Amino acid sequence: MREALADPIHQFEIQKIVDLPDVTVPGLGVIDLAFTNSTLAMTVAAGAIVALMAAVTARPAVVPGRLQSVGELLFGLVDGLVDSIIGHEGRRYFAFVFTLFLFILAMNFLGLFLVFTATSQLAVTVTLAVMTILLVLGVGFARNGLGFFKLFVPSGVPWVILILVVPIEIISFLLRPVTLALRLFGNMLGGHVALKVFAGFIVSLGALAAGGGLGLFGIPGAVLALGGVVALTALEFLVAFLQAFVFTVLTCIYLNDVVNLGHGH
Amino acid sequence: MEAEAAKFIGAGLATLGMIGAGIGVGTIFGNFLNGALRNPAAAGGQIGNLFVGAALAEALGILAFVLGILILFG
Repeated sequence: MREALADPIHQFEIQKIVDLPDVTVPGLGVIDLAFTNSTLAMTVAAGAIVALMAAVTARPAVVPGRLQSVGELLFGLVDGLVDSIIGHEGRRYFAFVFTLFLFILAMNFLGLFLVFTATSQLAVTVTLAVMTILLVLGVGFARNGLGFFKLFVPSGVPWVILILVVPIEIISFLLRPVTLALRLFGNMLGGHVALKVFAGFIVSLGALAAGGGLGLFGIPGAVLALGGVVALTALEFLVAFLQAFVFTVLTCIYLNDVVNLGHGH
Repeated sequence: MEAEAAKFIGAGLATLGMIGAGIGVGTIFGNFLNGALRNPAAAGGQIGNLFVGAALAEALGILAFVLGILILFG
């Protein structure tokens, strides 16, 4: 039983592919530069995006072909999102949001095709979330100066209630990067663990049936588990897209908070 | 009771937090369908809000799940 529990986690283990020497950075300590399977998955994801976009824009036509319409669909989706949430000013942040969306989408999808999901590593999702929140803070202070702190004080609220509301707003702002990182990480981790657990049922029930006798009752169970794996895989494709989409939408909303601060958009 | 057994029970209890996320996500999608069937014309524009709401509710369940994983393997 202990083995059956521990096994689904094996797929998330970091393995070194090319071991590079450790580097000591002053102030940060020793950093392991090894090329791991996580690095490989991210490199493949980034390469896939560049290859897709290069292929999409190789022969641009007024009437898009099959491949070009894929690129235009992705571009139009994020463009519409940025425009409807942030508004006219959003065009300036489009490049960041589009890159983020494509990168997460590629990592999620490649996790379903390859053996390793980069977004199921907390380090990866935390990096993406911290990058987003730092951009939000940078844009907030650059555009509004100290007026940035008006973000925590909703207008038109009596001061008695403000005593209660301001701490809540501050805490919810501080929780944003945490939930942003944990949502993507948890969804990917949970989905892949569930897939592996159901796949494990097929093997163990099949082994039971191979024993003959009463164990033959394991066959319908194994068939059921196989159906479950197929359904879960379909669900995981939906989740992979949805989580990339949700990360993008939330990035837009957080950016909108600081870009259009004060004039409720 | 062995410490190992207590760990498993704790991890199981931690995942109970996902009940709340289930109720929350169900409420959001149920109410969305409720509203969308009354006014289908306005439904399309609210898809974004729908998924953001569902994601926010789901995040709290994911917190419980991550906590369970941490107890089990941490």
